[in-house]
Amino acid sequence: MGDANKTDVWQGTLALMVLRTLETMGPQHGYGIARRIEQTSGSQLSLNYGTLYPALLKLEQEGAIASEWGVSENNRKAKFYRLTPAGRKQLEREARDWRQAQAILARFLEPTEDAS
Amino acid sequence: MRILRAWAIRLLGLFGKQRREADMAAEIDSLLDMHTADNLRSGMPQEQARRAALLKLGGTEALKEAYRERSTAPVIEHLMRDFRFAFRQLAKSPGFTATAGLVLALGVCASLAIFAFVDAALIQPLPYPDPARLVQVTETSAEFRDANISLPNYHDWKRMNTVFRSLDVFTGSGFLVDGPTGAEPARAGRVSSGFFRTLGIKLLLGRDLTEADEPPGGPHVVLLTYGAWRQRYGGRFDVIGRAVRLSGEVYTVIGVLPEDFHFPPMPRAEFWTTLDSTGECATRRSCHNLDAVARLKDGVSVAAADADMKTVAHELEREYPDSNRGYSASVIPEAEALNGPFRPILMVLMAGAGLLLLIACVNVASLVLLRAEGRRREMAVRSALGASMPRLLSQFATEAVVLAAAASALGLLLTRWATAGLKALIPADMALQMPFLLKLGLNSRLIAVAALLALLAAAIFALTPALHLVLSRMSEGLTEGSRGSAGRAWRRLGSRLVVAELAVAMVLLAGAGLFEKSLYRLLHVDLGFQPDHLATIVVGAPNVHYGSNQQSIALAREVVRKLDSLPGVRSAALTSVLPVSFNGNTDWIRIVGKPYHGGHIEVNERDVSSDFFRTIGAKLVRGRYFSDGEDLSQPKVVIVNQTLANKYFPGEDPIGRQIGDKKLSPKSLKTIIGVVDDIHEGALDSPMWPAEYHPFNQDPGPYFEVVVRTSQKPEAVLPELGRAIHQLHSDVGTMGEATMEGRIADSMTAWLHRSAAWLVGAFAVAALLLGVVGLYGVIAYSVSQRTREIGVRMALGAQQRAVYQMILRDGGRLALFGIALGAAGAVIAGTLAQSLLFGVRSWDVETLLAVAGILGTAALLASFAPARRAASTNPCDALRME
Repeated sequence: MGDANKTDVWQGTLALMVLRTLETMGPQHGYGIARRIEQTSGSQLSLNYGTLYPALLKLEQEGAIASEWGVSENNRKAKFYRLTPAGRKQLEREARDWRQAQAILARFLEPTEDAS
Repeated sequence: MRILRAWAIRLLGLFGKQRREADMAAEIDSLLDMHTADNLRSGMPQEQARRAALLKLGGTEALKEAYRERSTAPVIEHLMRDFRFAFRQLAKSPGFTATAGLVLALGVCASLAIFAFVDAALIQPLPYPDPARLVQVTETSAEFRDANISLPNYHDWKRMNTVFRSLDVFTGSGFLVDGPTGAEPARAGRVSSGFFRTLGIKLLLGRDLTEADEPPGGPHVVLLTYGAWRQRYGGRFDVIGRAVRLSGEVYTVIGVLPEDFHFPPMPRAEFWTTLDSTGECATRRSCHNLDAVARLKDGVSVAAADADMKTVAHELEREYPDSNRGYSASVIPEAEALNGPFRPILMVLMAGAGLLLLIACVNVASLVLLRAEGRRREMAVRSALGASMPRLLSQFATEAVVLAAAASALGLLLTRWATAGLKALIPADMALQMPFLLKLGLNSRLIAVAALLALLAAAIFALTPALHLVLSRMSEGLTEGSRGSAGRAWRRLGSRLVVAELAVAMVLLAGAGLFEKSLYRLLHVDLGFQPDHLATIVVGAPNVHYGSNQQSIALAREVVRKLDSLPGVRSAALTSVLPVSFNGNTDWIRIVGKPYHGGHIEVNERDVSSDFFRTIGAKLVRGRYFSDGEDLSQPKVVIVNQTLANKYFPGEDPIGRQIGDKKLSPKSLKTIIGVVDDIHEGALDSPMWPAEYHPFNQDPGPYFEVVVRTSQKPEAVLPELGRAIHQLHSDVGTMGEATMEGRIADSMTAWLHRSAAWLVGAFAVAALLLGVVGLYGVIAYSVSQRTREIGVRMALGAQQRAVYQMILRDGGRLALFGIALGAAGAVIAGTLAQSLLFGVRSWDVETLLAVAGILGTAALLASFAPARRAASTNPCDALRME
């Protein structure tokens, strides 16, 4: 039960990270996305591919990203994912929601003296 | 939206699995490659680089699994697995599958085939534009629920009504057309000029009738049906404007009707022209000879139109009491007017087919149950191994769905042939009056009904074993000794199903019995004459040459003399309307010396030749027959039937009394010279009406129906009749050669009764078979379950006889319940169908007893085989068996 909850949250934020990564980097293959997310997190996150790929598939099924086969920087065949216009909108909306949630939560977590 | 889209893709993901797997494998490969390359670049040794990459991946199979779950819909995959399992299960017991499938398919097929007719006749709209606004308008009186209307009344109706956009009339007629072998009679329709516009018919060629064509004064113009245009005029386009000779007069062809034009009241009319407004009938308000069809104004309901027309008729009744007293008007939807007569029989057949389907379902349900019983152990083991109840039930459900769907599909397929077969049973003449037959066929409604039936059947098959499974505790199946009690539980449910089956079979059998008896009664109605050895033919001569009284009389005498002299003919005679046709062609009479209050005394009127009564074998009660010399130069005479004599001269001798028209005008007065025993003039199931018979020679006409009595088979003379008449005069038309018995047997009434008897009979036989097989199943199962008990009984000294008795008593009890229940149902069903029965009541004891006897005997025979097996049980074997 607990595991399932954790993945849900994870997947929600993971989708956001994927979308953001694709926005900043442009079309990218799965390996690149994973590396980029790890780098951005300052190597605090270790991303399991087993989580990443289903998330990518879900985003693709929902139409937020699209994929096609291409050739990577070192001449390897790889599947490239890119953001669709719908995905861009989704990213904007979710980023806003996330910031809002974060701000609210931050206010709760601020150390206060006049708590009663 | 997004979620919908994702699901759609996942559903699509059920297909093209291989391509996707390959795609995924390639992606994982490329990922590993890149990761390994990176690791190498950061200085790892080759081996370790690959290993690290794989570790990071967390196992390819797990990834693939996660990916797969996401890319298709697992619930559906499970379902498909269940379906495959169900197929395998069904294939494993082909006997069960074939029996259950065929029985159900039979039930579905019967229901669908009958429904196809119901659909074509009662559900599909008439083949005219905006058919819902078409209505039939009739006059109504106490004697006639829907009487024809007279031309003067029609003109007033048209003027006075406020509810019809258009109101038009039509009537049947005939022409003599020049054919290769002389004059051929052809049917024709006479209509008011707006008739085709009211129906919404667009002509194929030429122009429609207009008011300028209406008589008097209009030109002789005629429209051809598509069939007449093709067959008589070679389908030539220059036929428009051509002059054709019809009954010796010249008509101009102005148009051709479209190929799909059908008008059921006059199915065989080939020529369509304007009304005849010259005859005596056209000016007489009491001469009812027209039918009316109207198109309602927008927003006017049938009920409102009916009310309006009743008001109009009431005004006319006040204005013309002599002719219109007692006459009102009635408006009903045209669809009901055309197809309504078929409704009761179709409803009965639908009910019969429904019952058969019910019995088939019950039968298959008990088979399913028996099978479930056989799988108790399997279910118990699976449930012990952790299968949840819903999972087990869903398996029964999938099996039921597969079975029901396959059987219904098969039934739907068979329906094609079944409807074609049923259609072939309808005589061609009759079929012409049922243009809805053209619309018979597979359509979306039929498929929807088939799907619905499949769904219902699936529900029944899924629920019975499920109920059983839930009711009898799961764990019991594992323990050996529980067999008896569980078997008993099944027996109870199974016996109830069998009682239901037998009851339904009883209802169907009783229904078939009632219809058979009613058909028998119908065909053995006392006709008042001898119908065997009679041949008949209809003669029509053109007015121009035979219209005068002298000419008609001369023609009639010639025809009678000629036919009389044919070899094999004993005597020939003629009448205006042959017996067993219809009650109608009436006269309003008044009796001299009786008080008169202005009402109508309506009697059938027939004009017959002097030898008519002797020829058909009618019985003279008193007085004398006509003589050939009694023509217009002699005082008028009349013969009345027994019903008229009884009704209007109770306890008196009518001979010598006089009757006349309503005003007793001197020239209408005629003297009664004889009373004849009632001759059945109306249809077989119609009541006897009072009738008067005039000498043909005192009321002659160029159209008459001839009847001859033959010494050998009447069929042999039939072809001679027309030939002989054509030898006399090539311009005289003949048609409708038939034997009297053939005419009666092929009449609409007889045919409707016969088809009801046969079809319900067929359903009943099928139901009897299914019911008896069901009973056999239950008894045989019960015997197999009680082998040990029987063994013990026999070991303790029970005689074979006692064992027989025990088993037969079981079967007999079930049969008795079923028969009693069914008899009650049969009486109810018979009461509902009473309008279709003739001369027999729904509680006809004779029929019920006979049917109960048949069912009881069949039930005993079905229980006999298992009883025999039980009685021949060897006690030692039986005891050792477990």
